[in-house]
Amino acid sequence: MAKAAQRAVASAAGNTAKRVGPLDGRAKRTAMVSVEPAPPATRISLRAGKDAVPALSKALGLALPDRPKTSASKGSRTALWLGPDEWLVIDQAGHDMLADCAKVKALHSAVDISHRNIGIVVSGAAAADTINAGCPQDLSLAAFPVGASTRTVFGKIEIVLLRTAEETFRVECWRSFSCYAFTFLAEAARDAAA
Amino acid sequence: MLLIRCPYCEEERPELEFRNAGEAHIARSTDIASQSDEDFEKFFFIRSNPKGLIYERWRHIHGCGRFFNAARDTVSDKFVLTYKAGEPKPDISRAANDSGPAAWANRPPDQLNVKKPAARRAPSKKGKA
Repeated sequence: MAKAAQRAVASAAGNTAKRVGPLDGRAKRTAMVSVEPAPPATRISLRAGKDAVPALSKALGLALPDRPKTSASKGSRTALWLGPDEWLVIDQAGHDMLADCAKVKALHSAVDISHRNIGIVVSGAAAADTINAGCPQDLSLAAFPVGASTRTVFGKIEIVLLRTAEETFRVECWRSFSCYAFTFLAEAARDAAA
Repeated sequence: MLLIRCPYCEEERPELEFRNAGEAHIARSTDIASQSDEDFEKFFFIRSNPKGLIYERWRHIHGCGRFFNAARDTVSDKFVLTYKAGEPKPDISRAANDSGPAAWANRPPDQLNVKKPAARRAPSKKGKA
């Protein structure tokens, strides 16, 4: 999916330079956990009142979650509840979600933040321990089940955390913080494996 | 680490996600142009800063981003309760009474040491000896 998106970018841009993500080529793998940059994806920051939610859900093709710390997923898209009127929607296939939202007449705000965020995938038996090295959230399955998502802190920075599977998390951080987040996670992974 | 209940996230969250945002329930005058300087000073600068129970605004800035109100004990740092912004100030005098010595700090002297100490002293009858 990501390669298709990259090819599309390359063919559209002609002879421009290949886009390089800040974490490209970096990975940390131990016996217990692996920390890898997530493939490129499109993301929007969506703000809308209750009355606009049904129309936006229809336009985006998935029901926006309305309960705290939850997410909804359909196909390549995931919508994360961040606040009572705020969602982060990630499309791993690179579809243009702004075009989908533009069809909605109800009052809302959709901002493309695809390049503001960098995703990091932390997976393995010690994934929760690795993230807990810098994140004060309770990441037990009872408190943070599969599909749970929240904005929280990680060390000195703010992240958005999503549990995609029992032993897999997606960490979304701002691009300029991605080096800090990745290095922190890599060192935590080393500690968690010890 | 303190756990603070966010009324929007409906659960206890670590204190690192929160920021204090000053005293709560300070209403800005709807007709601020005709307000006297003294009244404006009271609204703008003067805060109660009590020792003991205080109503404060807090913001779940690294979570849902929402402002909410909390009743907190400034001595013990105990959060008595939290509630959504815009909701009326709840009566928590009972809850506050149970929260330890700090709850007594802001009471007028005539309310302090009246009933309980008297009941305790009565049987000893030391004063008559």
